[in-house]
Parts: sequence; structure tokens; C-alpha cells
Amino acid sequence: MEGTRVLSDLRPGEGAVVCGLTGAGEVRRRLQDIGLIQGTAVVCLGTSPLGDPTAYRVRGAVMALRRKDAAGVEVAG
Amino acid sequence: MRAERVIALAGNPNVGKSTIFNALTGLRQHTGNWPGKTVANARGSFTHQGRDYQLVDVPGCYSLLAHSAEEEVARDFLCFGGADAVLVVCDATCLERNLNLTLQILEVTNRVVVAVNLMDEARRKGLEVDLPLLSERLGVPVIGTAARGGEGLDQLLDALADVCDRPPRQAPAVDYPAYIEEAVARLEPSLEKLCQGKTLSTRWTALRLLEGEGTILRGVNAHLALDLSRQPEVEAALDKIFRAWAVRGMGRDAAGQAIATAVVRQGETLCRDVVRSRRARPDRLDRRLDRLFTSRWTGFPIMLLMLLGIFWLTIVGANYPSAVLSAWLFALEDGLANAFTALGIPGLVTDVLIHGGYKVMAWVVAVMLPPMAIFFPLFTLLEDFGYLPRVAFNLDRCFQASRACGKQALTMCMGIGCNAAGVTGCRIIDSARERLIAILTNTFMPCNGRYPTMISMIALFLAAGGAVGSFAGALMLVGVILLGVGMTLLVSRLLSATVLRGVPSSFTLELPPYRRPQVGKVIVRSVVDRTLRVLGRAVMTAAPAGVLIWICANVTVGGATVLAHITGFLEPLGRALGMDGVILTAFLLGLPANEIVVPIMVMAYLAQGSLVAMEGSALLAVFSANGWTWTTAVSVILFSLLHWPCATTCLTIRKETGSWRWTALAVAIPTVCGVVVCALFHLLCLALGWA
Repeated sequence: MEGTRVLSDLRPGEGAVVCGLTGAGEVRRRLQDIGLIQGTAVVCLGTSPLGDPTAYRVRGAVMALRRKDAAGVEVAG
Repeated sequence: MRAERVIALAGNPNVGKSTIFNALTGLRQHTGNWPGKTVANARGSFTHQGRDYQLVDVPGCYSLLAHSAEEEVARDFLCFGGADAVLVVCDATCLERNLNLTLQILEVTNRVVVAVNLMDEARRKGLEVDLPLLSERLGVPVIGTAARGGEGLDQLLDALADVCDRPPRQAPAVDYPAYIEEAVARLEPSLEKLCQGKTLSTRWTALRLLEGEGTILRGVNAHLALDLSRQPEVEAALDKIFRAWAVRGMGRDAAGQAIATAVVRQGETLCRDVVRSRRARPDRLDRRLDRLFTSRWTGFPIMLLMLLGIFWLTIVGANYPSAVLSAWLFALEDGLANAFTALGIPGLVTDVLIHGGYKVMAWVVAVMLPPMAIFFPLFTLLEDFGYLPRVAFNLDRCFQASRACGKQALTMCMGIGCNAAGVTGCRIIDSARERLIAILTNTFMPCNGRYPTMISMIALFLAAGGAVGSFAGALMLVGVILLGVGMTLLVSRLLSATVLRGVPSSFTLELPPYRRPQVGKVIVRSVVDRTLRVLGRAVMTAAPAGVLIWICANVTVGGATVLAHITGFLEPLGRALGMDGVILTAFLLGLPANEIVVPIMVMAYLAQGSLVAMEGSALLAVFSANGWTWTTAVSVILFSLLHWPCATTCLTIRKETGSWRWTALAVAIPTVCGVVVCALFHLLCLALGWA
């Protein structure tokens, strides 16, 4: 069993499933609003030229998240 | 006469709401392919089957749990605005995410029509949407539309009329876990009494009470004109519920999460079998373009090339029409003056109105219209295509380092067009702190009113004529923009460390699918909406300014004109900044509209009573005779980039921040920067023997 991975650990092209949100209230609600809840499939698409933020495919849309915020999303797979 | 029906138009950002709004009302609200275009509730009206409707375009939002200022506007109108029906626009290419908001709205009201828009794009991507099935599952009419081509709009209107006449009966939109449903059932009876006569869903209100989300409850309380959670019955019921939850080890926070999760899940379930994809990767082209526009090696070069291209086309293209327009408008001046004289109007009045007001106005139009008529359409094409969010994506790291929001890049892009528009656009930024930073620094982006000054300085002193010259000129202009970007980042960082202390809030930026720009419509729209509007504003301020300038240049006190007194007073400061008193005076008098800065200088140098239209070598001769060199030109460019915002922008900042103190700061910051930078440049020139 490997340690917990978070969304920001994903490399471009890699996919995973959300297992939980650990961020504080406001951040968490934002992420829920775009459809990131337990069980949501996410694919990491690519990173900005300067290394942050990173674009993810979430429920058919492409959302860019900063590493700090993506670190509050636990993923598996 | 039956009363007008009010329809709220809601949806996620960037799903084509504004296009539907325009198609239905014929009113040209500006649309662009990036999230957060509608900055306040725009209204328009239409008639259908002999009935009048008012359509209210609510800002795009992802949920009714408001985060940003514009989402709050949306939530308040949808929850408390009392519309007769809500038209929810969804993006067919990303339906599941869109259903989250749809379901939340269905909890507020059952008078809903869902428009699944962008059906044409979905088809192109090989997506099929089973609209009847979705309609059956949601319990409200669902219409497929492709608003850009007008597809489905008639059915939409019929469905809206139908929903207003016969509101659909409808089961609760979302199923929550049993313990939450029980709690809702316990709260509803007392809420029914309190909400009587008000347009407010008791089920929705009960859920918000259980979540205990502060800003929404404040809105509810304001709407009901009472403190809901302090009502004895409600308080008692809530108390009981929370105690029961506590026994089972459940907190309010967990309940809030469960509620949010249930809505997303419901959307997921509803979407099953509704959307089918015929292709494995429907967004392949989008991702390829993204790699081109945002990769490490091509992202920034392409960004700079686009900027360069736009400026080059603007500079080259604006020359000729500008000359024609000014010749034509100034010829009209004499005609008007003669007509005034013939009508027996006193000479003084003619002087003030025609040689004062009209002349400045004509100048502003001649100088401003051609570059705007080229710049705005080009810029709008990029916007329509969906490129701007990629700029924000590329640059976000810089804003993060300045502890600001990456969406500030979008407001800066708007500022390149017009700072007042950029300041209003700052509403897309979620956090109040980051929004203020973006507002206070927007004027570091040179607007359309300032290019003419910069371009003429570059053309006269820094770059030769011809194709090479105009390219070099565009290159220098890009350099000026980059300096502005640098100043923006620097000042944002300084503000974050001082008056607006704080760390960046969470940041989500949607990168919408690319869309083929509608070239014809873009040109018409950007000329009609943007060019003429900005021009109208400039004319409105320029004419009174012209009168004032005429008075300054013609009223004499103690043997010299008021203008001469002012320039004399400012001379020492101007010299210290590598310029002179006339130049500073011109910037001061140019407060209403930056376009008139150069003509005021010429007027003052020639001691003329009114603005002097002058081009090329004649202009160069006047400046040279007054001791200008290329360093003076650079100083003017620097000061043009870094000085107080124009009057319209100041008023807009006052409106957006609600405070004269922030407005004063927004004036002081760029001014101080300009004084410091110009003084340093002047010292450098002295040290190197250039000046």
C-alpha cells in the first residue's frame, strides 16, 4: 500500500480518482462546485510554461488549479 | 394589458448565455470566449405570442454558493429576484458539470427551462445528447440550441411561455441522505409560516439553514426582513436536529459536505445514458492547441508574437484613415464657425464652442477611431477564439509570486482596450483583496487612448518610417506593455506586503474549448459595442475639456494666459523629470481623455488659442524647437504609461470599490511610479551625457 497521493502529484497524461478533499472550507467548496468530489475521475492534462498551475480534465471541462489547491485533493489509482 | 414577464438567464460561465441573450433580445451585449464576461445583470426585452418579456442576463456562476462578487449578484437575483421563470443555459459539451447549477436552481424554483446550448459544437466533437430523456429526468422542458446559428430559439420561447403559464409539477430535484431529509422535513413547517407571501423555496431555505453558510443566510434574512435562525420555532428545531446529529457523531460541516456531494452525484446519475460519445477523445484538437499555446517552448513566444502582430496591424492600418478623418473633421470646423457667424452668434461663443469644444472632440475622434476600429476587432477575434484564458494560465505563476490572482491577466487584457472596462472586469476575481490589487494596478496597462501619444513619440523620435519603422515601432510598443506588466507585478507584490496584506486565495480557472471565431459578427459587434461606446465616452469628456482648455489658453491674468502660468509653475518639476512644464500641463489637462495630450502640447508651444492639428515633420519641428530630443520622447512615453488614470477610470474605480480612499490610492500609485521612473531615467541620461 503506497502513501496517500494528491492531485498535484499526477504527471501529464496520468489519470486518477478522487478519494477525498482535505482543504479548508472555502477552497473545498470551490473544488466541489467544479465537480471534484469523492469518486470523480480526473486526468492531468498539462502544466503552464512556468510550472504552475496545472490543467486537469474534470467532468468534461478543463480546469486549471494551482499546486497548493490541488494538494488538498487526495487521489487513488 | 398584461404585465411584463421577467425571465432570468442563468448558467455556468462561458456557455453562450450572452449569445442567447443577444439572439432573443436583439440587444448587443458583448460576448467573449472566456469565463466571467457578464459583469452585472444586463436587461433586454422581447415579445413572444403578443406578450412582453424582460430577459435578465445574470452573471455566470458554477453554483449558488457564491464566491465572487459577480456570483453574488447572480445568486441574489436567482434566489430572491422573483423572476417568473429561469432559463438555465448548459454547455452540451460538458453537460454533467453544468447540471450541478441546474439542480441547485431547480431547488429554488420549478419554473425552469433548460437550454442545452452549443449543440453544434457537441455534434462536431461526436457527442450525442438525449434531450427527451434529460427532460423526463429533470421534470422540466429541455431544449437543444445552437444559439450562434439561431437553432432551437423558437422552441425555447414556446417552452418559456409554457412554463410561465403552467409551472411544471416536480419532485425534489436532489435526493439527500436520510438524516438530512428528516431534518428538512422537521424545519419546513415553521419555515412555511415565515416565508408566506415571499418567493422563497422552503426546502432550499431549510438546506441552507442546515449548512449554516453565512453569506447566503444573510441574503435570506435580508429578503425576509427577519433573522431566520433566531426565530424561536426555527431555533428550537435546529437545536433538536444538531443535538440528534451530535449523538450520532455528525457535525454541521459534514452535513454541508454531504449536501454538496449529493448534488454533484445527482448530476452524475442524471447524465448517465443522456450523453454518448462517438469518439474516444472528443477534445483532441483542443488539447493539441493547448499544447501549442501553453507549452514551455512555444507558449510565451506565441503570446508575444500575437501582441506584436496586433500592434503592428494597428499602427500600419490606422495611419491613412486617421489622416483622412482629421482633414475632414477639421474642414468642418471652419464651416461650422462660418455658419455660427452667419447666424449672428457672438464671436466669443463661436470661439468657445467651435474652436474650443468641437476642435478637441474632432481631434479625439480622428486620433482614436482608426486604431480602435482595428485594435478592438482583432482583440475580439482572439477573445472569441478562446485564447485569453490561456494567457491567464501561462502567466498565473507570476501573479502567484505577487500574491495576486491569475485572472488579473484577463482584466489587464481588457485594460489594454480601455482601463475603465478593465476595472469593471475585475469583478471576475473571487477574493476581495485580489480584486482590489487588480483594480489599483489596472492603469499600468496602456489603454487605447494612450497609444496615439506613444506611437507618435516612437514615430517622430525613435523609429524610422516605412515597413521596418512600423515593425520597430510595434516592437517598442510591446516593450512598453512588458514594462507595464512588470510594474503591475511589482506593485501587486508591494501592495500584498503592505495595505493589502495576505496570501493568495484558492484559484480555479476554466480553459474553455476553442471556438471558431465568427469573423463577420465579431467585426460588427466590436465596432458597434466597443469602439463606438468608448468613442462616445471620449467625446462626452473631450468636448467640455475642450472648452476648459480654450479658457486656459485665452484668458489672461497679469499679461500671460492661465495656460502659461500653469506651464511656468510646473516647469521645474517637468525639467527634473526629463520633460518640461508644458508636457506636465498637457498630461494634467488630458485627465478627461488621454488622446488630447499631444495636441495640448502643440497648442501651448505655439501659444495658440486652440488645439493645433499637426503631423510628421511639422510636429517634429515644433518639438525640436522647444528642446526635445529622443530622451524627452522616452520620458513622455514612460510618463504616459505611468501616470494617473483618466477621469472615467477614476469614476469607475470609485464605483467598483465604493471608496474615495481606494480611488485616491489608484491615482497616487501610478503617479508616484511615473515620477520615480522618469526622475531615475533623467538622472541616468545626465550621468551618461545623453541629456
